[in-house]
Amino acid sequence: MNILYDERLDGELPQIDKAEVLTDLQQSAPGLTLLHREEDLRPFECDGLSAYRVLPMLVALPETLEQVESLMKRCHALGVPVVTRGAGTGLSGGALPLEKGVLLVMSRFNRILDVDPDARIARLQPGVRNLAISEAAAPYGLYYAPDPSSQIACSIGGNVAENAGGVHCLKYGLTVHNVMKVEVITIEGERMTLGSEALDAPGLDLLALFTGSEGMLGVITEITVKLLPKPETAKVLMASFDDVEKAGRAVGDIIAAGIIPGGLEMMDKLAIRAAEDFVKAGYPVDAEAILLCELDGVEADVDDDCATVRTVLEKAGATGIQQARNEAERATFWAGRKNAFPAVGRMSPDYYCMDGTIPRRELPRVLKGIADFSNEYGLKVANVFHAGDGNMHPLILFDANQPGELEKAEELGGKILELCVEVGGSITGEHGVGREKINQMCAQFDPGELTTFHAIKAAFDPKRLLNPGKNIPTLARCAEFGAMHVHNNQLPHPELPRF
Amino acid sequence: MAQTRPQATDQDISQALGERVRQATAEGSPLRIVGGDTKAFYGRAVNGEPLSTREHRGITTYDPVELIVSVRSGTPLAELEATLAENSQILGCEPPHFGTNATVGGMVATGLSGPRRPWAGSVRDFVLGIRMITHEGRQQRFGGEVMKNVAGYDLSRLMVGAQGTLGLITEVSLKVLPKPGASHSLRLEMPLAEAQARLAEWGRQPLPITAAAWHAGALYLRLEGGPSSVAATRERLGGDELDAEFWTSLREHTLEFFSGEDSRALWRLSLPHNTPSLALDGVAEADLLHDWAGTQRWLRSDLDADTLREACARAGGHATCLRSRQGPQADPFMPLEPVVAKYHRNLKTQLDPQGIFNPGRLYAER
Repeated sequence: MNILYDERLDGELPQIDKAEVLTDLQQSAPGLTLLHREEDLRPFECDGLSAYRVLPMLVALPETLEQVESLMKRCHALGVPVVTRGAGTGLSGGALPLEKGVLLVMSRFNRILDVDPDARIARLQPGVRNLAISEAAAPYGLYYAPDPSSQIACSIGGNVAENAGGVHCLKYGLTVHNVMKVEVITIEGERMTLGSEALDAPGLDLLALFTGSEGMLGVITEITVKLLPKPETAKVLMASFDDVEKAGRAVGDIIAAGIIPGGLEMMDKLAIRAAEDFVKAGYPVDAEAILLCELDGVEADVDDDCATVRTVLEKAGATGIQQARNEAERATFWAGRKNAFPAVGRMSPDYYCMDGTIPRRELPRVLKGIADFSNEYGLKVANVFHAGDGNMHPLILFDANQPGELEKAEELGGKILELCVEVGGSITGEHGVGREKINQMCAQFDPGELTTFHAIKAAFDPKRLLNPGKNIPTLARCAEFGAMHVHNNQLPHPELPRF
Repeated sequence: MAQTRPQATDQDISQALGERVRQATAEGSPLRIVGGDTKAFYGRAVNGEPLSTREHRGITTYDPVELIVSVRSGTPLAELEATLAENSQILGCEPPHFGTNATVGGMVATGLSGPRRPWAGSVRDFVLGIRMITHEGRQQRFGGEVMKNVAGYDLSRLMVGAQGTLGLITEVSLKVLPKPGASHSLRLEMPLAEAQARLAEWGRQPLPITAAAWHAGALYLRLEGGPSSVAATRERLGGDELDAEFWTSLREHTLEFFSGEDSRALWRLSLPHNTPSLALDGVAEADLLHDWAGTQRWLRSDLDADTLREACARAGGHATCLRSRQGPQADPFMPLEPVVAKYHRNLKTQLDPQGIFNPGRLYAER
C-alpha cells in the first residue's frame, strides 16, 4: 500500500514549470538560497520515515523573515505547494517533500534569541535543537520539559508542528502545554503572533490549534517556551514481572496511590533482551516485562514516594525491584530504554515504529491483540510503552529486502492502530499523522469530522498549498480504502469535491 | 474498570440539542447557549434564543486510575468536583464557579482558571477530548479519553475559551490530578516590590507553591505536595497560618476587594511573569490584587480602556473588563491584531456560516 501523494485521491496539484518558479523566486527573494540540482535535492528527499522518498522540486533555505515572507507570497500567487521542514527527524513523514512543491527548510533559523530566568521563558528560532534549550537554561537551574527521544537532533519548530511528547508527559505535559507564544507567517505572507508571554491571550486559542497542525496552517518562525525549575532530585526504580498483565496493573496501582511519576516506562521481553544485548543496562533478561518508574521533585517527597511505590510494586507481584543507587546507575537504567529502538534495530534489518495510544486499562487486551497479529503475519513485535500516559510504541521487525515484507509490516501496523482506535485510543500519541497514518485517520474519524478538519484548513489555507496531503485525508482517500462507513451505498456529502 | 456513578438526574439529550441547532441553522436564527448562567458577565451580550444544556448531564466515564473523567456539559461543576473528591482527585485548573449552578460546559467555554493555574495549568491544559454539535446539528468527537493524541487538528483545546462561538459543547474529557498529600497556607507581611522579588527567586526553585497572591501589604501563599516538602518549606518561609478558605474566596471573587459596593469597573490584567508594577495614573496599590504570582492582576478602576490596554500591551499582556458601571461592555476583550482578527472571522465563517452560535460573544460581528 503506497502512501506517496496520489493526485487522484489526495487532490490535483497545480501544473507548474520548475524553471519559471526558480526564476521567479530568485528575483522576488534576493539572497535566498535555492537548491534545484538533483544532487543538491537528494539529502532532503525524506525525513525520519525513510522508507518513503520524494525529490522536491526545489529546496529553499531562508535566513531572514523577509525571505520567508517573499517566498510565501510568491508561492501563494503562483499556486506552488510549500512543505515546511525542520531537522527532518519526524517519524510520520510530515516533511515528506512533493515533486511539485517547494521544500522550505527552516534549519538556518537556529538562534536562541533570549533566555529570561526571572520570567522563566526562552525565545527561540524554530531551528534550535530541543536539547539546546535545556542546555541554555541550565545555568539558571531551569530546563525545557518535553524531551522526545530525538532531542539531540530534533528542532523546536518541528516539536511545535508535531506537538512532540517524550517520556515525561504524564507529569509535565506535551509541547502544547509548554509553549506560550509563536510567530507565524501565513501562506499569504502575513505575519501573525499567537499566544502571549502572559499566561493567556485574547480571542480564540489559535496557539493550541497551530500546535500539532503539521505545517498545514502556517509557517512557525519564532517560539517562546516556558522553562521549569529543575527538580531537586530524580530517582528511578526498576521492577521485573513474570507476566505483562501484572506489570500493566502495577502501573494503575501506582497512580491509584496518588503518585504521578516523572516517567513510567514499560518494556516487554523482546525489547528487554534487545536493550540488554546492546547497552548492558543490567535488565533482568528472564522477565516478561519491566517497569521503570522515575520519581522527581523535592528530595524528601521523592524518598517518601519511592517507599510507597516499592510497596505498591511488591503487592502487585513484582519478582524483583531495584532502585538505582546513584546517578550513574540511574543513567544506565534509562540508557536501556532510551536505546530500545536502535537495540531492536540490531536484531532485525528493519523495524517499523508505531505510536498508538490507549486507555491504560485496555493494555492486556491490546498486547494480546498485538501478539495475535504478530503470529498471523509472522513478524516479531517488540513492545516499548510510555506506560504512564498510555502511549505504545510497538516495534515491528521485518526485512525490507524480502519482497512483500514492508507491505506486511505496514499492514500489521495498520491493524494495531485500528485496534487502538477500537479500544477508545488514538492512532498517534506524539509522532503525528503525516503521510504515514493518513489512511488510519479514516478509522479514527468519520466523514463529518474530517469535513470539520477540512473547514479549519480552509480558514487558513483555502488553496491547500501548505503541506497538502498530510495529516487529514480527503474523503475520496477514505472512500477508496474502504475504512469509511458507507450508508446505502452512498458516500456522505455527495456534494463535496472528491479530490 | 471504568466506573460511572449514575445519578437520577443523568440524561443524554444530545439528539434534542442537535435537532434544535439544525432548526436554528435552517432558520438562520441565532442561539444563546446557556449552562448555569453564572458567567454571563464574562463577554458581550448575545441576542439569541436561549439554548440550555442543563438537562444534558451526568458523568459518562470515570476511572480514577486512568486520571481521566468524561462528563456531559450540563453537569454541575460542584457535582463533578464532589465525585472527584470521593476519589481524592481534583480538577487541576481549580475553576471558579461564580454561582452554585455553574456547569462543566461553562467552565470549558469560558476557560477561566483559578489560583493554581500558573503551576498546574489552565482549563485548556486539562482538556483531552470533546464532543460537540456542529452548525449542521451533527455530533462530532475530537481528542478522546487518552493522555496523548495528536491525530488531526486540536479542536478540543480550540473550543476552550471560544465561549460557544464555534459549536455546542456536549461532553468533555478532562485529565484530573490526585489531591495533594499535604497543604498549608500562609500569610507574610511584605511590600509589593519585595514580594515580586521573592516570587521571581522562588519561581526558579522547585518549591511546592500552588498559589501566590499579594494585596494590601501581604503576600499569601499556598504550599502543596508531599508532607515532607510542605513541612520543610513551611519551616523555611515562616509567616502566619492562613485559612485555606482564602483561596476559595479569591477564586470566587467573594473577597472584600471584589465587592459590588465598589462602583468602579473590575478589570483583569494578564501579564508576563516578573512584570513590574504598571505606572497607571490614578491607580493606587490598594486598587490592585495580584494573583497567579503577579501574572493575573485584578484592578478596580474607571481608567479608560485604551490607556489601560496600551499599558498592558507594552508589558506584553492584555486587559479584560469583567464588570463596569454601565453594565454589559461593548468590548470587554482586548481588540485583536487585524491579521489575527481576519483568521478569527475565517474560522467562524467556516465552522458557523449562519452565525447561529453565540454571535458577537467575543467580538462584534463574529
